[in-house]
Amino acid sequence: MNPEMILFFIFGAVSLIGAIAVISFRHPIYSALSLIVTFFAQAGLFVLLGAHFVAAVQVIVYAGAIMVLFLFVIMLLNLGTLSAQGALTGKLKGVAVVLGILFAAQGIFIAVNVFKNTELGTVEAMEKATALKDNPIETYDIGSLLFTDYLLPFEVTSLILLAALIGVIVLVKRENQAES
Amino acid sequence: MEINLVEHIIIPVVKILFIAHLLIIGVMAMIWSERRVSGWIQDRLGPNRVGPQGLLQPIADGIKFLFKEDLIPNHVDKPLYVLAPAMLLIPAMIAIAVVPFGSSITIAGVDDPILLQIADINIGILYILAITSLGVYGVVIGAWASNNKYSLLGGLRSSAQMISYELTLGLAIIGVLMLSESLSLRTIAEQQGSNLWEWNFLIHFPAFLAFTTAMFAETNRLPFDLAEAEQELVAGYHTEYSSMKFAIFFMAEYMNMIVGSAVVVTLFLGGWHFFGLENVGGPFWSGIISFAIFFIKTGIFLFIFIWVRWTLPRFRYDQLMNFGWKFLLPVALTSIVVTGTLWIVTNGNRLWIGIGNVVAAFIVVAIVAGMLALDNNSKSSTQTIHDAAPLRGLDAVE
Repeated sequence: MNPEMILFFIFGAVSLIGAIAVISFRHPIYSALSLIVTFFAQAGLFVLLGAHFVAAVQVIVYAGAIMVLFLFVIMLLNLGTLSAQGALTGKLKGVAVVLGILFAAQGIFIAVNVFKNTELGTVEAMEKATALKDNPIETYDIGSLLFTDYLLPFEVTSLILLAALIGVIVLVKRENQAES
Repeated sequence: MEINLVEHIIIPVVKILFIAHLLIIGVMAMIWSERRVSGWIQDRLGPNRVGPQGLLQPIADGIKFLFKEDLIPNHVDKPLYVLAPAMLLIPAMIAIAVVPFGSSITIAGVDDPILLQIADINIGILYILAITSLGVYGVVIGAWASNNKYSLLGGLRSSAQMISYELTLGLAIIGVLMLSESLSLRTIAEQQGSNLWEWNFLIHFPAFLAFTTAMFAETNRLPFDLAEAEQELVAGYHTEYSSMKFAIFFMAEYMNMIVGSAVVVTLFLGGWHFFGLENVGGPFWSGIISFAIFFIKTGIFLFIFIWVRWTLPRFRYDQLMNFGWKFLLPVALTSIVVTGTLWIVTNGNRLWIGIGNVVAAFIVVAIVAGMLALDNNSKSSTQTIHDAAPLRGLDAVE
């Protein structure tokens, strides 16, 4: 067992435990913090894959920015501990069960397919992993791909972000005018 | 992979222990110099009883903190209350891992020169941004878990401030990254030559000022310490903390300052370069000298931190937000556009990029200031009508 394998299992276990904790905690703040732990462990997995840039972006964007907003909203709404029965009642419970079963089936389907079609632990798989580790994906490669092959999706994404930005400004402006 | 005991285990462990201890000793030195320099600035003595010149004062403070009763109030959320100081301290400590604190050193018995840096990763500056952005959780969680309105207000102020100034912090370095074509802090430091006029702070002067100012805000230092404004919030997010937990909050603040200074020295002030002095001596002594140069530069920058704290008064909250969003952010954005454009137009002539950056920053600040003045004029005329209205109402009642 090489060091990378040990690290993989540590990060994987932390990520899973965090994910389970998100839905197990009764208090939304604890859930949000568990989600941060999961994101962080996933960043560790990205590092093991040689994708350092993706790992950094994962921490900056998800763990550093989005989850801060989550925490903000939870704190400002002052959500208390959810009671055991209060959250899911009647029809909602049925919907949750159906969606849960669908989601679990999807997960099992993907897992079975992945394990059937890839040769885990074979020589080729090991060679592929080593090649990836020796030539980690540089930020330079991501940048040049974004500005050549994926230019259109990149620009469309920026347009979507711009639209969201303008939307927020318009909403706030209207409220201000209504006040005065 | 062949694991070499000396190369893969002993040297990294020695480097990590050295830097971690240097950081903690640095915190003690900062506490001492903060109190002595503040005394000097205010024309008084400051602590000078414990040890020569009061040098042992931080140790006395530490012992006092350790032996005080560790009080946990009844109304707090216990797990998070205990966790919060660590959530602030750990990011502050591990951010130093990618900062190069010297060139390299050759020691007898080891073949390759040893890089004076814990880890030279190719996304160094992104790692710093990622790790420092996690520090905000310690403040927010500590504030929330305290279950105290002053703490919560302080925490909300601090996190809003940190999120706002993080943007400037990230944008201001992009000009530097464009010219050095690398995210690795070691490459950025190496690319700056030995001489003062080759360092990045002259080429990116507005970005340097914006980055430094944003860093003051990120570390919650005066004039940006609204999170712990004593007159308004008792002590802000650490109101409910006592003994060592309180001390950990302060250790984290000073560590953030030390890491921030080291990053500024690396990005803008030439790292370990100083007019060729870093190349004096053999492969061993040049390493020591380069470390000493970096150490002194960081120390000077830390002195500026203290100097600013005891010179400038605190901002008001709206001034803080206006300054961050309306002045610093446009300046940082302009520096990206100007640096990129001039780099292509002038074929990478650094003199023109430097001049263009300063001129563009002046123009942007003038435009923003002009627009704000116009806005204020129109606002004040409407405001007089607003203010007059309730008075007329009162007249009617009477």
